[in-house]
Amino acid sequence: MERKVIDAQDVVVKFAGDSGDGMQLTGTMFADASALFGNEISTFPDYPAEIRPPQGLVSAVSGFQVHVGHKKIKTPGDLADVLVAMNPAALFVNAKCVKVGGSIILDSDTFDLPAIQKAGFKTEDPIAELKLEDYNIIWAPITSLTKESLKDSGMDLKSIIRCKNIFTLGMCYFMFNRPLNFTEDYLRKKFAKKTELIEPNIKVLNDGYNYAANTHAIGNTYNIAPANLEKGTYRSINGNQATAWGLIAASEKSGRPLFVGSYPITPATVILEELALRKNLGVKSMQCEDEISGICTSIGAAYAGNLAVTTTSGPGLSLKSEALGLACITELPLVIVDVQRGGPSTGIPTKTEQTDLAQALYGRNGECPIMVIAARTPSDCFRAAYTAAKFALEHMMPVIFLSEGYLGNGSEPWRIPKMSEFPSINPPIAEKGEEKFKPFVRDPKTFVRKWAIPGTEGLEHRVGGLEKTPEGAVSADPENHALMVANRQAKIDALAEFIPELELFGENEGDILLVGWGGTYGHLFAAVQRLLGEGIKVGLAHFDYINPLPKNSAEIFKRFKKILVCELNSGQFADYLRAKHPQYTYNQLNKIQGQPFMVHEIVSAVKELL
Amino acid sequence: MATYTQQDFKSDQVVKWCPGCGDHAILAAVLRAMPEICEKQNIKREQFVFVSGIGCSSRFPYYVNTYGFHGIHGRAGALATGVKVANPNLSVWQMTGDGDALAIGGNHFIHEIRRNVDVNIILFNNKIYGLTKGQYSPTSKFGMVTKTSPYGSVEQPFTPGDIVLGARGSFFARGLDVEMALNQEIIVRAAMHSGCSVMEMLVNCMIFNNGAHAEISDRQFRADRTIILRDGEPMIFGKERNMGIILDSLKLKVVRIGENGITEKDLLVHNSKEDNYGIHSMLVNMKGPDFPVALGVIRDVEEKSYDQNVAEQIEQVKENSKIHSMDELLNSGATWEVK
Repeated sequence: MERKVIDAQDVVVKFAGDSGDGMQLTGTMFADASALFGNEISTFPDYPAEIRPPQGLVSAVSGFQVHVGHKKIKTPGDLADVLVAMNPAALFVNAKCVKVGGSIILDSDTFDLPAIQKAGFKTEDPIAELKLEDYNIIWAPITSLTKESLKDSGMDLKSIIRCKNIFTLGMCYFMFNRPLNFTEDYLRKKFAKKTELIEPNIKVLNDGYNYAANTHAIGNTYNIAPANLEKGTYRSINGNQATAWGLIAASEKSGRPLFVGSYPITPATVILEELALRKNLGVKSMQCEDEISGICTSIGAAYAGNLAVTTTSGPGLSLKSEALGLACITELPLVIVDVQRGGPSTGIPTKTEQTDLAQALYGRNGECPIMVIAARTPSDCFRAAYTAAKFALEHMMPVIFLSEGYLGNGSEPWRIPKMSEFPSINPPIAEKGEEKFKPFVRDPKTFVRKWAIPGTEGLEHRVGGLEKTPEGAVSADPENHALMVANRQAKIDALAEFIPELELFGENEGDILLVGWGGTYGHLFAAVQRLLGEGIKVGLAHFDYINPLPKNSAEIFKRFKKILVCELNSGQFADYLRAKHPQYTYNQLNKIQGQPFMVHEIVSAVKELL
Repeated sequence: MATYTQQDFKSDQVVKWCPGCGDHAILAAVLRAMPEICEKQNIKREQFVFVSGIGCSSRFPYYVNTYGFHGIHGRAGALATGVKVANPNLSVWQMTGDGDALAIGGNHFIHEIRRNVDVNIILFNNKIYGLTKGQYSPTSKFGMVTKTSPYGSVEQPFTPGDIVLGARGSFFARGLDVEMALNQEIIVRAAMHSGCSVMEMLVNCMIFNNGAHAEISDRQFRADRTIILRDGEPMIFGKERNMGIILDSLKLKVVRIGENGITEKDLLVHNSKEDNYGIHSMLVNMKGPDFPVALGVIRDVEEKSYDQNVAEQIEQVKENSKIHSMDELLNSGATWEVK
């Protein structure tokens, strides 16, 4: 067979296997090696909630999709060019995720009859049953080759078999012309404390590479040239790490020590883990006894003068709602990060959604307005977290940052910024004074109160959940309550003067305006690019600021004949826009499958609406 | 160093507890203790933060002229923990009740004790929900008739000290509203203790549970039905000072001094510094009619506090790290150049 090297602009590779097969690690190593090679990348881990579900079942299949490109990559890709399926169940689940005629690498050792039946196939021939005859099926005896490769390694058989993902990775490196050195360096670091594992892992990686090169199992190979990125130093970062780092950056910039009180919850846990690691930068991280303690310790820390943060996902935000009211009425700076997942209740905890928007906007007793912001991409979580902290500290209020499982777990290359590029953060700290401190006397324009930090002489005062007068006395006076409710709302409304205006991508006016918020940005952007290429007059208005809305929102809406609000819920942002700007008609594109949009779904929806 | 009088700690707010409420006595004891604490610990008024949850006793922060935070129901422990970890130089006081700490806030309460956060907790125990107008609490007696137990409560009560010791608490004391001098002494001891100090204050509720502790607080029986424990002193009680406590086999026993050859030397001598929980647990659980109720500082064992450990670990990690700024962190690990 003649082997060709295909120069590709971009390829999508999906690794799929049992939960214990190490697919997340394999995908991450492939993505990192590609990023270090200089490609654009975008990743999408998709895994079950169970840690080690029964092997061989479709419910145990764990997947990791990587999009690698020579040009700007905005999404992890719709369908895969290449699927690696480590067992029949992985093929059963993922065959539909491969482009027609694409390549599928299969471990032939795992395709025995019992495994095929266990995966749910009705016949003995999975390829025929899934109608994959026109696909490029690459059968490789991966398990037995791994055993052969490591037979002299001194490792036990179980450990040897666990290395089959590295063998497979080696095959993929040949197929996509990736250099091995980045991963070899990674393995040396990973096993620095178990040095006996370094050589076997490097050997099996190379054996996988050589197997693919020497046999003709793999036909064509792909060459994806490094991307033409903006000059600078880059690193790969995922959304949860970027969130943690954005918060630390805000702490450094503001001079306020960072306190985080959180309870582990998927998919937000990594933020707490990352912050716990950063004691070298003075982070006080506390793993609390529950979600309520997470927010209440943070409110206590905010009262005592720290930059306070609590991180969670939807069910945790529900538990925190009463305390959010406390943060609102005491007007203390607090950042709440909600990495959204599929709900209601426990729902589908490892899958992504945008279904907590209504909860973030309204989910509290009393009238309790809170600033809500979002992030576009994994690395944009750094900006969003920094911004949330800046607004919380400077405007003395809680801020909810709505992240998403898709953003938190996804990663991309990131041009490393310098701290000097970020705006300063100046909290309104009260100075020692002669006069009695009046906690709820405010700036007439911004409605911001001062922050009197315990330990400061002469500023002793009380705050709390009971309604207070501006002077800080408990009061149930009707007029006072009306005034305080109005002031708290006015403070949120006044933020519109401080947030950036909404920007438009694509046509300045035209037929259809796509409206989105949060992690759907990449897919919406790619869809708009494609539609513009086809001569369709579309624009994209993507919201980073949700409460309050940018003040030019309506002005942008009116320039298009139709508006299509795209979100991963049943229409929560659309409903919010209907309440805020009722003069427009909002068409909807919604998806609630625990999965991100696909670009082609958006493109079709726009064409249907034309 | 400023010297204070109790007047300096009085706020300008009108105290709104019912006349005759036991909470007034605890406020008075706290106000009296404050100047002494400032002197002993060399701290200033602005370093005090009073934190509370919800309930009658949780109005306390409004009545002291310090920093104060009146929180939400049950969460005083979490709020106080956050304040203390954020700034360990503050003297943090948590005002809570039997409902606030033991029902809705039970989880925070036990974990605050387990972590040994250096917070001074005053648990006002009146065995009733007062602010919601008379429902049974986790410390109400079995059979107690209240608005939500009209036929008598069918729940067994907690003994707060049991929970404190069960959570491996380092300090537990019990006071009684009518024992003003003792309460003040307990409050100062708690302040001096580094770690989580729990003071259970038995207080009366005139309106919804009048006589909550009458069987021990009534002047006519108080000496016979309570025992004040003091370190190094034999456990003697009674109007005639002729009753004592001994350890008989594995149990405590009340004896009469002079009977059956018992002398003062046979009596148990109190030691709040004893690390073993056994004897403290027995003392906490003494109840009438067979035993006097133990008052005073029952347990006071030094153990490094959570907030100290947090601060020390941060300093250690900082010292051993090569990364000291955000720019350094951003550029650490695997990076690559695009030219």
